Amino acid sequence: MQRIGVFVCHCGTNIAGTVDVKAVAEALRYEPGVVISTEYQYMCSQAGQDMIHEAIRENNLTGIVVCSCSPRMHEATFRKTAQSAGLNPYMVEIANIREQCSWVHKDMEIGTEKAIILGRAAIAKVNLNAPLTPGETPVTKRALVIGGGIAGIQTALDIADAGFPVDIVETKPTIGGKMAQLDKTFPTLDCAACILTPKMVEAAQHENIRILSYSEVQDIKGFVGNFTVQIKKKARYVKEDICTGCGLCTEKCPQKKVPNEFNLEMDNRRAIYIPFAQAVPKVATIDPNYCTMLKTGKCGVCAKVCTAKAIDYTQKDEIMEEKYGAIVAATGFNPISMKPFDEYAYSQSKDVITSLEFERLMNAAGPTGGKLLRPSDGKHPHTIVFVQCVGSRCSAHASKGKEYCSKICCMYTAKHAMLTRDKYPDTDVYVFYIDVRTPGKNFDEFYRRAVEEYGVHYVKGMVGKVSPEGDKLMVQASDLLADKQLHIEADLVVLAAAIEPDMSARPLATMLTASMDTNDFFTEAHPKLRPVESPTAGVFLSGACQGPKDIPETVSQAGAAAAKVIGLLAKDKLKGNPCVAGSDEWMCNGCSSCERVCPYGAITYVTKEFRMPDRTTALRRVAQVNEAVCQGCGACTVACPSGAMDLKGFASSQIMAEVDAICK
Amino acid sequence: MKVSYYPGCTLRTKAKQLDLYARKSAEALGITMEEIENWQCCGGVFTTAKDEIATKLSSVRALSEAAKKEQILVTVCSACHNVIKQTNHAMQNDADFAMHVNRYMAPESYDGSARVLHYLEMLRDVVGFDTLKEKVVNPLSGKKIAAYYGCLLLRPGQTMQMDDVENPTILEDFIRALGAEPVIYAQRNECCGGYVAMEDPASAQKKSKKVLDSAASHGAEIVVTACPLCRYNLEKNGESDLPVVYFTELLAEALGVKEG
Repeated sequence: MQRIGVFVCHCGTNIAGTVDVKAVAEALRYEPGVVISTEYQYMCSQAGQDMIHEAIRENNLTGIVVCSCSPRMHEATFRKTAQSAGLNPYMVEIANIREQCSWVHKDMEIGTEKAIILGRAAIAKVNLNAPLTPGETPVTKRALVIGGGIAGIQTALDIADAGFPVDIVETKPTIGGKMAQLDKTFPTLDCAACILTPKMVEAAQHENIRILSYSEVQDIKGFVGNFTVQIKKKARYVKEDICTGCGLCTEKCPQKKVPNEFNLEMDNRRAIYIPFAQAVPKVATIDPNYCTMLKTGKCGVCAKVCTAKAIDYTQKDEIMEEKYGAIVAATGFNPISMKPFDEYAYSQSKDVITSLEFERLMNAAGPTGGKLLRPSDGKHPHTIVFVQCVGSRCSAHASKGKEYCSKICCMYTAKHAMLTRDKYPDTDVYVFYIDVRTPGKNFDEFYRRAVEEYGVHYVKGMVGKVSPEGDKLMVQASDLLADKQLHIEADLVVLAAAIEPDMSARPLATMLTASMDTNDFFTEAHPKLRPVESPTAGVFLSGACQGPKDIPETVSQAGAAAAKVIGLLAKDKLKGNPCVAGSDEWMCNGCSSCERVCPYGAITYVTKEFRMPDRTTALRRVAQVNEAVCQGCGACTVACPSGAMDLKGFASSQIMAEVDAICK
Repeated sequence: MKVSYYPGCTLRTKAKQLDLYARKSAEALGITMEEIENWQCCGGVFTTAKDEIATKLSSVRALSEAAKKEQILVTVCSACHNVIKQTNHAMQNDADFAMHVNRYMAPESYDGSARVLHYLEMLRDVVGFDTLKEKVVNPLSGKKIAAYYGCLLLRPGQTMQMDDVENPTILEDFIRALGAEPVIYAQRNECCGGYVAMEDPASAQKKSKKVLDSAASHGAEIVVTACPLCRYNLEKNGESDLPVVYFTELLAEALGVKEG
């Protein structure tokens, strides 16, 4: 029989205002197993904790029930108190009589009755509690960062600076991501390359960082502290360690008609290429879809001109297996396809472009050498219309676009408009907006400068149609403030396309058993209090894969994710949560129901030899729970048809005892 | 092949050519169009009001007739097509609407199983534009023809499921199949002014004129439409000499069945 102490908290008037706490303590005194029942104004205060501590010692308590606030709030506090008095912390139960009782009731009588019932249920559970001890697993002191944009680079640098080795896996031939494609960055207008490329170089030279470019994660197994990851290094047909990045091959390659994805296919590159001048690693890559040698076996020009003898047409994809303690998802974003938005005539005119394409047109290393020229005829545009929220903030019932705000478009559009007016004062610039959203340090000041100092015409209203007429783009729009229809003859239309998570995020989330929202952004463990952790232990989130973000916010989050990784890797051993599932192998019938419902991949099946009661041996297929991976969600215990699966600390018998106590 | 055919009231009055040449051409293409018996006016676009049920019953009856014969229901007029397709979509997807409709229809009931195709869709998806091209005996070579979609033929895109509403190709492909050259111009899927012509003729005139001016400026010699209302507005309000014809007239001409 347990010896149980009951401690009812007033929480000032939070609980005592609607619950007669004295009556609750009195009523619970006569429940089975209870030896002491008392109340106090603030149980969580030092005095309250001391009271519990002493009561445990004096009465040789084997379990306690604290009737107070939600266990989310103070379960850990009272577990510590119990532990300091020599009690196993898992012998503590919280009856939530605040959030689930006093806060939702107005009537003292009803509130008191409910509080007693909740207390009774908790007592019934403690009566069946057993001491639990968390298991320990070692930690592999190395991190994997998936994605080599600014988010991944910053996370890797911060982890590496703390002394832990990091691998960056990047699917493109170079790290740098979207930021490398940008021209200037808001709100200070420093050039993206000038602030990014030093970080790229730092990552390349850091003794603790290894960059696996042109590589993809293929498979992830294991759990927090002990992940095993398969990485495919794609054949680049160039020996990475020998290539000097001189670029001679990229000049001599006769295959000149390859769409250049770095410039968003607004110009061409060769079949062997280095994406941009500051690429890291600065190594050439052969595009197998276009290389004549790889396709027909005839050419070999690059091998002939390469003085370092780095070309290797026989290279094959390589699979490597590595172990990591922590994994950071930093897969980033992409602008959405403009295909469903043809009212803006994106597919009908070359002079309707996206904002990212505009970045390349303004960039000194872009297809026009930084001159703002129309893609169709290379002429300087004199009237430019920017359309914001293309695909952002769409109705949930619409068949296209995203419901969310893409967050970065207001600021970069203000930047584009300002830079255009600054460089080409003879240009008329219109910006059509639903709302201008510029929260952020120095952001609104920046936008106002675009309006007030640079004379950009901001028009509240959306563009309904863009029709190419001759070499002009006829823009039909509404000005909601003036309540009139506008017709503008534009030379260039720039669409602020909504952003969406990179396509690689969804399969990665599946491999990580990390959760995602309906838009394929990674879900954080808590939207406010654990914003850089995935609900899956050991998986962290950095940058726009978690939600739309600008550069300052991405870098902050990248650092925060790194801090969490460092905190994990600094531990030699990890204490698990002992409230995990366990299977009674004698009852298990090997049906796999639990394996199918487990969201964490914690359950595996093994075939084991059993000694049967009649002294024969039998081979049976039974479920086994990996306690380090199990998060104790309990899905398997519900799915198990034979009742073999049970959750420690939340056994079916305990839950039923609670229900019985409530229904008594 | 036999299909059910719903002509609609305008095709018996103002738009006789649309109807006549649709039938003749179908015959030439080996399709028998069986007119729905006792069909009634679809009610024009006024019946597309969401909360209206009784006015949609005429469409449901036509749909039901086609479903009974297990035939595709073909329409030619843009407005009829729009009303009937939207009604069918509602019968398939709005259980509440279907229940109320079927109370009116009792003792009969309609389950939404009919397939509605516009005549152009029939040419594209059943006959095939390649086959049509082979059957053309009198190719309209050298003619520059501007396709005018108007608003009812394709919209709302999700329900009509006919073509990309912003950048459609079905009429242009049709024009190519007849051997002519399609003219791409900006106003091809803008509104002609529609019923606004009744209460605000100035607005309608502006819209229609814009359409024809745009087509003319791109070198169009003929404008082709599937909608009697569009044709009415363009001819009356377009202030242009550009001829506006129904697509079935061109079709019949190309198939050599226009005369006699």
